Amino acid sequence: MDIVVLIKFVPDLVEDLEIDASTGLLDRSFLRLMPNELDEHALEQAVILKERHGGRVTVLALDTGDVDEALFTAVAKGADRVIKITGDGFDQGLGSRRIATILRRALSDVRFDLILTGTQAVDDLDGFVGAFLAADLGLPYVGYVTQVAAADGRVVVRKEYPGGLNAEIEVSGPAVLGIQAAERAPRYVVTSKVMEAMKSAKIEEFAVDEVSVENEFAISSMALPESGTHAEMIEGTVPQIAQRLAALLKERGILA
Amino acid sequence: MSSATSYEFLDKVISATPDGEKIRKCLQCGTCSGICPYGFAMDYPPRSLIAALRADDFHGVLESDTIWLCVSCFACASVCPAKIPLTRGLLATLKTEMLIGGSIPQELQVALGNSRRYGNALGESPKKRAEWARDFTVPVPILSAHKEPVEVLWFVGDYASYHPRAQQVSRALAKLLFVLDVHFGILGPEENSDGDTQAFTGEWGLFELLARKNTQAMGKYRFTEIVTGDPHAYNAFRHEYPRLGFDRPVKHHTQYLAEHSERIRALLQNRGSRRVTYHDPCYLGRANDNNIYEEPRQLLRAIPGLELVEMSHNRAQSICCGGGGGGMWLDGYSWEKAHTRTSEWRVKEAVAVGADVLAVACPYETPRFEDAVKSTGNEGKLAVKDVAELLVESMFG
Repeated sequence: MDIVVLIKFVPDLVEDLEIDASTGLLDRSFLRLMPNELDEHALEQAVILKERHGGRVTVLALDTGDVDEALFTAVAKGADRVIKITGDGFDQGLGSRRIATILRRALSDVRFDLILTGTQAVDDLDGFVGAFLAADLGLPYVGYVTQVAAADGRVVVRKEYPGGLNAEIEVSGPAVLGIQAAERAPRYVVTSKVMEAMKSAKIEEFAVDEVSVENEFAISSMALPESGTHAEMIEGTVPQIAQRLAALLKERGILA
Repeated sequence: MSSATSYEFLDKVISATPDGEKIRKCLQCGTCSGICPYGFAMDYPPRSLIAALRADDFHGVLESDTIWLCVSCFACASVCPAKIPLTRGLLATLKTEMLIGGSIPQELQVALGNSRRYGNALGESPKKRAEWARDFTVPVPILSAHKEPVEVLWFVGDYASYHPRAQQVSRALAKLLFVLDVHFGILGPEENSDGDTQAFTGEWGLFELLARKNTQAMGKYRFTEIVTGDPHAYNAFRHEYPRLGFDRPVKHHTQYLAEHSERIRALLQNRGSRRVTYHDPCYLGRANDNNIYEEPRQLLRAIPGLELVEMSHNRAQSICCGGGGGGMWLDGYSWEKAHTRTSEWRVKEAVAVGADVLAVACPYETPRFEDAVKSTGNEGKLAVKDVAELLVESMFG
């Protein structure tokens, strides 16, 4: 089974986010970028499927952040082919519509049975890239996927709904899956293997020119959340604390 | 999982470690397994591990994950009559095999991933590495902004930079350097984890990456010597970095301060009587025969009103705080496997000798022992203080 994995770079929340007062948008000049966590899960799931069923894993990422390191790390984890998509303005952060259009072009000469990506990315949380790409390619899309089982040419996925509800969905033919969680936490590869990949693997480059996109969302402004009233620290002896806690719960209507 | 045979693995141990060939001399006396703090909970403590490898049961060895209980404390290596480099050679190399095979407890994986991405195991912003010193009462110059040569390049280290408790020790040391009028500077955001503990989890590639970054950063500045409060950094600079071409003199802060003990003594005052016992950090003491035992004690004895008492395990027989070899990042795993913490044993020893204060000299130890004071029900009975903090308290009250 040949699998494509899409990795998006998102702001690393270890750094404080700031809003650029002149644009009303995220100040990207000092942002630190990292691969989106759920995309790492998509890669893990792809490598697990490869280990189980054979095939090739191809990873695509836009040229932002430490993309080379992420792609070499993907090779060290088991990816066979890595493609860096180059173009202008990627560091400014692109909308999902535009990303999907770019990815579709880059996928024009890549063979695949499945496309796996994180079901959403922490920067916009819209979860649209996989769905838009599937629509553009005329393929089915399933998001919030927590299991992928392949047997006898069939792919059965488990989709997670809110409230603890799960559905098993059979997907026929090539499909795009938005991964919510891999079967197990993404693996750690030792640094020496990443270094080895840097020496032996080759990152292919795919250049994308200006992309025109219709009906693209535009963010008009962003704001940092305002902090609410501060927490009350309950002081005193254990019985005093318990009494105060019980009173608070009653006051809020949680205890009768 | 690795398909290597026992003999291929033994060859790796031998080629990767100075004196590695001594492993052939093992007489199976079992002293190593006896002294290992976690030997009782390991499927293969060092003696059994060597026996299994000789019986070509590498597969069985890799099936077990209890090597992750090893805290790289050098207790086994220090008592081995054949002087086999067990900690640095056999055990760290087995951990490398476990890492390659993907048999890594999740919490360790997080710490290693953080070290690779951010240059510190805590997963903090590299830009904020010197935040502990911002607006502090004494200036802590960052070398990139301070072009003059300095006497001392103070290598602060991960925990002393980021951990709130260990930061207090950093501030105490900053005060001491200031009152001693030492021209010093820190690397600040250019500093990376020294990588020593990552190396002893078997992640030697990560160690080299971090060591190269530190070597490069230090290469930009002129200084006479390195001083660090972190015994792991001290050990790395003395014994591991030189393999990568690094050659700079390094002292632990207790050594450096002991050299200035005459001037320090003049500033110390009696702030009341205290009974203090000192915990020897593994990496200042028995690891690689670093043997820094007397300097911290000399500093403590200089404090008026302080009575120094010894725990039953002291100097080379010290018991690890449990933080080495990745133990700092494996608390959940170790508890699940062993249901005990060496830091708690140590705290009980300190209480048993009637100490009010457990003095330490490693940034892993203040938080670990303070936790152990609480978990053993000794809160309020025993304080945990770095030697630098005790000196500052005596000077300034």
